[in-house]
Amino acid sequence: MRIMAQMAMVMNLDKCIGCHTCSVTCKQAWTNRSGLEYVWFNNVETRPGLGYPRTYEDQDRWKGGWIRQPNGRIRLRGGGRLRKLATIFYNPDMPKIADYYEPWTYDYDMLLTAPADSPHVPVARPRSLITGEEMKISWSANWDDDLAGSQEIAVNDPILAKMNEKVRLEYEKTFMFYLPRICEHCLNPSCVASCPSGAMYKRVEDGIVLVDQDQCRGWRMCVSGCPYKKVYFNHRSGKAEKCTLCYPRLEEGLPTVCSETCVGRLRYLGIVLYDADRVTEAASVEDEHDLLAAQRNAFLDPHDPAVQVAAEAAGIPHDWIQAAQRSPVWRLIHDYEVALPLHPEYRTLPMVWYVPPLSPIVDEVARTGNDAEDHRVLLTALSTMRIPLEYMAELFTAGDPRPVELALRRLAAMRSYMRDINLGNPPQEEIAAAVGMTGQEVEDMYRLLAIADYDERYVIPTTHGEIGRAMAAVDPMGCSLDEPDGVGMNGPGLAAAGHAHSEADHGGSHGSGSPGGAQRVRLTLSRREDLDGFPGTPGFAGGAL
Amino acid sequence: MTSTTRPAGSTGPEHAAPTPSDDNGLLGLGTFFRRGTASADKRQLFLTGGREGDVFYRDRWSHDKVVRSTHGVNCTGSCSWKVYVKDGIITWEAQQTDYPGTGPDMPDYEPRGCPRGAAFSWYTYSPTRVRYPYARSVLLRLWREAKRAHPDPVDAWESIVEDPEKAHAYKSQRGKGGLVRVSWDTANEIAAAAHVYTIKRYGPDRLAGFSVIPAMSQVSYGAGTRFYSLLGGAILSFYDWYADLPMASPQVFGDQTDVPESGDWYNSSYLMMWGSNVPVTRTPDAHFMTEVRYKGTKVVTVSPDYADNTKFADEWMAIHPGTDGALGLAMGHVILRDFHVAAGTPYFLDYMKKYTDAPYLVALAEQRLPDGTLTHVPGKFVTAEDLPEFAAEENAAFRTVVMDRSGAPRVPNGSLGHRFGESGLGKWNLEAGDIDPVMSLLEGSYEPVELSLPRFDTVPAGTDDEDANHVGSSSLVRRGVPARRVGELLVTTVYDLMLAQYGVERAPLPGEWPRDETDTEAVGTPAWAETITGIPAAQITRVAREFAQNADDSHGRSMIIMGAGVNHYFHADTIYRTMIALVMMCGCQGRNGGGWAHYVGQEKVRPITGFQQYAFAFDWQRPTRHMTTASYWYLATDQWRYDGLPADALASPLASDRMRGRTTADTLIEANKRGWMPTYPTFDRNSLTITEDAAAAGMEVPAYVVDQLQKGELHYACEDPDDPENFPRVVTNWRTNLIGSSAKGAEYFHKHLLGARDAIRAAECEPERRPRDMVWRDEAATGKVDLFTTLDFRMTSTTLHSDLVLPAATWYEKHDISTTDMHPFIHSFNPAIAPPWESRTDFEIFRTLAGIVSDMAREHLGTRHDLLAAPLNHDTPDAMGMPHGATRPLAETPMVPGVTMPKLITIERDYTAIRDKFDTIGPLSEKLGMPVKGIVLHPEQEIAELAGMNGVARNGSCAGRPLVDTDVKAAEMILRLSGTSNGHLATQGFHTLEKRTGTRMADLAAENEGRRITYADTEQQPQSVITSPEWSGSETGGRRYSAFVQNVERDKPWHTLTGRMHFFLDHDWMSDLGENLPTFKPPLDMHRLFGDAKIGSTTTGHESAGVEVGVRYLTPHNKWSIHSEYQDNLYMLSLSRGGPNIWMSPADAAKIGVKDNEWVESYNRNGVVVARAVVSHRMPEGTVFMHHATERTVDVPRTETSGTRGGIHNALTRVLMKPTHLVGGYAQHAYGFNYVGPTGNQRDEVTVIRRRSQEVQY
Repeated sequence: MRIMAQMAMVMNLDKCIGCHTCSVTCKQAWTNRSGLEYVWFNNVETRPGLGYPRTYEDQDRWKGGWIRQPNGRIRLRGGGRLRKLATIFYNPDMPKIADYYEPWTYDYDMLLTAPADSPHVPVARPRSLITGEEMKISWSANWDDDLAGSQEIAVNDPILAKMNEKVRLEYEKTFMFYLPRICEHCLNPSCVASCPSGAMYKRVEDGIVLVDQDQCRGWRMCVSGCPYKKVYFNHRSGKAEKCTLCYPRLEEGLPTVCSETCVGRLRYLGIVLYDADRVTEAASVEDEHDLLAAQRNAFLDPHDPAVQVAAEAAGIPHDWIQAAQRSPVWRLIHDYEVALPLHPEYRTLPMVWYVPPLSPIVDEVARTGNDAEDHRVLLTALSTMRIPLEYMAELFTAGDPRPVELALRRLAAMRSYMRDINLGNPPQEEIAAAVGMTGQEVEDMYRLLAIADYDERYVIPTTHGEIGRAMAAVDPMGCSLDEPDGVGMNGPGLAAAGHAHSEADHGGSHGSGSPGGAQRVRLTLSRREDLDGFPGTPGFAGGAL
Repeated sequence: MTSTTRPAGSTGPEHAAPTPSDDNGLLGLGTFFRRGTASADKRQLFLTGGREGDVFYRDRWSHDKVVRSTHGVNCTGSCSWKVYVKDGIITWEAQQTDYPGTGPDMPDYEPRGCPRGAAFSWYTYSPTRVRYPYARSVLLRLWREAKRAHPDPVDAWESIVEDPEKAHAYKSQRGKGGLVRVSWDTANEIAAAAHVYTIKRYGPDRLAGFSVIPAMSQVSYGAGTRFYSLLGGAILSFYDWYADLPMASPQVFGDQTDVPESGDWYNSSYLMMWGSNVPVTRTPDAHFMTEVRYKGTKVVTVSPDYADNTKFADEWMAIHPGTDGALGLAMGHVILRDFHVAAGTPYFLDYMKKYTDAPYLVALAEQRLPDGTLTHVPGKFVTAEDLPEFAAEENAAFRTVVMDRSGAPRVPNGSLGHRFGESGLGKWNLEAGDIDPVMSLLEGSYEPVELSLPRFDTVPAGTDDEDANHVGSSSLVRRGVPARRVGELLVTTVYDLMLAQYGVERAPLPGEWPRDETDTEAVGTPAWAETITGIPAAQITRVAREFAQNADDSHGRSMIIMGAGVNHYFHADTIYRTMIALVMMCGCQGRNGGGWAHYVGQEKVRPITGFQQYAFAFDWQRPTRHMTTASYWYLATDQWRYDGLPADALASPLASDRMRGRTTADTLIEANKRGWMPTYPTFDRNSLTITEDAAAAGMEVPAYVVDQLQKGELHYACEDPDDPENFPRVVTNWRTNLIGSSAKGAEYFHKHLLGARDAIRAAECEPERRPRDMVWRDEAATGKVDLFTTLDFRMTSTTLHSDLVLPAATWYEKHDISTTDMHPFIHSFNPAIAPPWESRTDFEIFRTLAGIVSDMAREHLGTRHDLLAAPLNHDTPDAMGMPHGATRPLAETPMVPGVTMPKLITIERDYTAIRDKFDTIGPLSEKLGMPVKGIVLHPEQEIAELAGMNGVARNGSCAGRPLVDTDVKAAEMILRLSGTSNGHLATQGFHTLEKRTGTRMADLAAENEGRRITYADTEQQPQSVITSPEWSGSETGGRRYSAFVQNVERDKPWHTLTGRMHFFLDHDWMSDLGENLPTFKPPLDMHRLFGDAKIGSTTTGHESAGVEVGVRYLTPHNKWSIHSEYQDNLYMLSLSRGGPNIWMSPADAAKIGVKDNEWVESYNRNGVVVARAVVSHRMPEGTVFMHHATERTVDVPRTETSGTRGGIHNALTRVLMKPTHLVGGYAQHAYGFNYVGPTGNQRDEVTVIRRRSQEVQY
């Protein structure tokens, strides 16, 4: 057993209002810099919809994540090192800017500088942040927001394409929900495994996946390797960048920006303990429907005394183990089983999980006059909900509707059970029993989902400054499969052909002269300047300071 | 410009660039194998690099300080934010999470804030930031020339504006660019000269200040309105103008709007969201709605589109736009039928009896119909005046009557007649005493009487058009009530009238009643409503039953969150009354978790008393010129010349002759002359001159004015808005965006108010549709305003049309306070940075102007006497000026100031002391007390405290008075002089109220009697307010605020005629419009009334395009605009579609052959817009959305239709007057600022839409 602690997140999609506050605060804090105009570490997708970048879930097209080979072992879908080498200068799986969107600004200054006697009221026209040319805006970071699909656009939703039953996109049957996404900080990250430079790594103490800005050589194999398309290329610095899970905040015990500012109060942060030795096995199970259970099996119960002992032995600080016990994420994943991973079939063992959304009943039920509020109806009404179970199953369980159904039944049962308490009636234990819970458990789950305040939603142990980076002595997780005979990019497969690394690796990329350093110098100014206006063209909006 | 690096295509990710970094390929290849070859130490190597590679992000997450502030926009969110500052630069913001807790069993108020707020700091350094004062170059040139000829700036201004050529030269430049930088001194000099000249030549009521939603930044608002109050300028309302004011609220409750805080949603056990898209428009609090579902609260949405909130609903009632009144009536029908009549639900009946007007007696009047038959109609409330034994009582005509179970008519406590006068002391309460009113006269002996009641769902006579969207004429339905004789009068109860109106048959009563459940003809039934709303009758029935059953089970915890989707219609008051009736008949109002919850531009200046003293300078003089803005602009922008809406077209078939042959504009003039509504400019003579003329004539001013009016020597300005004497001359905008957002009929503003280029498509009225009581000049006036000034920090359509643009500080650059009704906290604004460049706070700008005006006044004004004509006010004895709401023809009505016409008040104004007064608290607050909602607070102690806290003026004309010469001091004044923030005043107010009600109230504030919320407190943490008589709810003991809890729990009457919530309204004009009772009125038929397109009609008329289709045009709030004003934020635009959009259904898109994101053009009689189509099946066929605040500043091309720049969303709307909104002088129908007034409704419009050429020109 190789016990590790992972900082994980659960988002309750049933509460997501699609407001994008998370996206904006994340963007403001981290990516409103040149080179990252098109980048949203956190984005929110309206489903059905194409996502960002468009159709990223279509791995036949984008070749992200892992696939299981006939021999039972997994390999990167985008190919091993040989293919990477062969395509290193031209990667056919790389999304183009248009697949994200062409970022733009407006020549706002025309509003002030339009000369007297202009024939028309001055207007700010859109201009590309890539070319500086005038443009017609035809796609954005969130183009299909609130469309609920739409017949023109959603036809290309990879999830809809996968579904057996045809979903009719029409007024009476409209459904939609929102899917906020950040980096999954996977247990088995294919981005890390894809990196030819060894610049990507998984932090040992909390499993956060990061790009070493000094080591990154800009090959962008991580971009194509990540099936969630959550590694981005900074076209100014020439480095990959991605969601850092706000580690500078987590280290101080503060939640991520996206979590703290989540006004829907739907995000939870907490520690999950797991056995790193079980990761490969979990990622390699044959039946995709078993991936969820396999990943759950790799987790370790922090309440198990044996786990606690092993964790202490592995150097996990005492308060981290306690935090794991109080972890709301663990409770939602393990105790209540209402949280599910996003696209387990990518076999990366993602660690941002989701509670699936309830949805209104369809009009047929409305017409019959049945009382959908009655718990007997509620518990059987899942088939009459607008969001097809199958759609959610394709997102969260590789197509297996059963875990989604269980989660939704538990949410529905909670509502029925709590209604009695709400109205001052004695609660009905059989409602809880019908979904395999006790009334007390239902009530506890209710408090976590509805009431939990800041400290309960975010249970974040702080970093141990007094021992410095002592934990670094523990095996840092590169890629879980990056081990002797492993299939990760850094495995020994081509080791024989290896050259000693150049000294330039070390000398050239540190210090203030490095791109990272240069960025730091300009930090404050650039953060305001880049998005505030397209820099450079005279007479055309600029954020001159 | 600091950057030379352009993210050019060569390194963009769309090109598979060989080596994006400065490494060469070989080295990169080396690292490719690095870890494989160095397996022994690869971990260590890896880690070292990694840790250093971390630094960039650690660095970026660094800041020097975090400052608490909030946003003063009119979203009413009032969210507390952390503003991060690094190196003196605002970097970003995030929500505060330190709100006081709500208790252990409900979610807290954290975090609060939305993406729009999170993107706000973009404006600080954005290229649209107004950094310096600007003036229109033509005006500046004229000014400099004038100054050379006339060293005195007031003379210089006169020489420009009184020279038609010069005036035209700069006015016609508005909206055409040419803004040039000027110094603050020049800008201030121009502005001050214009003010002084206008006061001198035309009168102070020719000045107007327009700013909105003061609660959101009370000092910034108040600084400007204090300035205008001291000058005597008109202060323009906003709530009614925005159409956010639900006129049903004063009609039913006698209150402007009082609603639950959002946390109270969590107490609800049945929640309807009706025309309110909570996740988008109430983003910071939406979680209470999503979370309360987990307690088993059922959630129902009513909306025409599959809105964002529908995702959270258990049921979606997909309603045809604007037909909500039919749904409300049908739900009421089910509840009255099943729960009231069939089941006799005690909770409901007891509640109705005590808290509503249901048991009150109404006289039935005989009326002869056009066909000669005699019928009965509901008449007036029976009052003590009608009962010989009570007729001698004080205010007898305002003491309403019930039928006691004993069979005798009785006069319960608590009516308006008890609210004022000695005899009402201790009796203004809801205590029944020994009176047990019967709800229905069916209980006992009765006489069945058939009534005629109006219905408005019929196809107009003389048309064979059966199109369901083409309705809106009226006819009669006959239904019987049990009646009884009281003296000469034949009477029944309001409850009996309600059951008749809702079609609920009980005993055999005459008339037409629903045949059965499937009767689609019977007004009020679900089957009938299905034909109008499109909602299945079974669903209507079920939801109504659930709503009521839940209310019975939970004692009133059924709630309706209602919003702009139903409130922005012309007939919104009727829609709302059918909805509010539901919470009244189910006993939900005044209960935590229940009742109406109106969230449309609603606001709550929680420290209202101190705010009013500060903002309207009531400490120095009373009253001020509060104005109804919809009527102000209706006249000032000459929309009345195009309107001509016959009042008849709105009238009931039972209407008297009062509306006959008149336009709605005529009803406005009448309401103004009767003193029902304010009207500024008031007369066609300078109000400073009138007092001098009176003195010269040796007469008292009021007598002189009456005499002059009678002689025809003096006229109301509203009778001749195109007379240059009557123009508004100086208009100042701050904290608002009139021309880019709220200007309904924007194109009319351009032409008539500003003299700019317009795209009006309508013709002026033909003679037969012109107002009877107004002067028609053949040539309409254009460019009426001499100086149009805007204070803002960004460029808007308003600044683009302004003569002066003054750089304002943003919300992160000033001190101020903010409150809302969404939560019970007071927030502070604090400067994260000093106002950058040359920007200044609104406070400083107005304070400076006050100084310059005072200086110029020495030469030009001095001390003058200003005649102020004030309307009859709500919450005062003025509301008893017109018994029974009965009018006599104006011509036959004697002119009695303050009774049958406006109050005529003379105010002495020392124009040289404006600045001194601006800077100090005047003596009237302690001398006369501070009136608020019918009680008076006395702040002697507080004024003394403020002198200590703020210091006193050492010299000048106001020496010795406490200072308010800084924004923080002004905030302290507001907080110290209000009960919600000062426990002493709260308890004092309650004690005062107790004397009138005779019930116990002061204990509500006792827990906080010693508490004083200071500005410093608000800087530390959001401060919970104190329960106060200023509002109707209670926060006592940490309770969530719900409206009218004080009324229900402490027997305090509502501020209405009966003292109860009203189903029935008996004002003459309400009868004329057939709105005595809740009723259904469809959206206005714009085809029939104005010749606009029919919905669904297709034509191929336009040369440039194929097919056009007529659609309903709705302007709901935009997810990607910062509320109603800001749609230019780059973050928001990047997350949406980056410009103007029109949302439409696939069916409508197919009709005109348009695809998603193609350019379309939409026009009607008022103007034209151009936008890109968003095609989604979540939109219903026949309806398009152009979101509110779609301005013309960002990516708006020229239109094919007009050749000019595409209009704003309000280019397709226009102000329409509804006579019932103008009703005043009677009980709850009495004027209050932002309380009552014509609403600038905008939901009834239809428009024609077509695909346009895809080659757009800018």
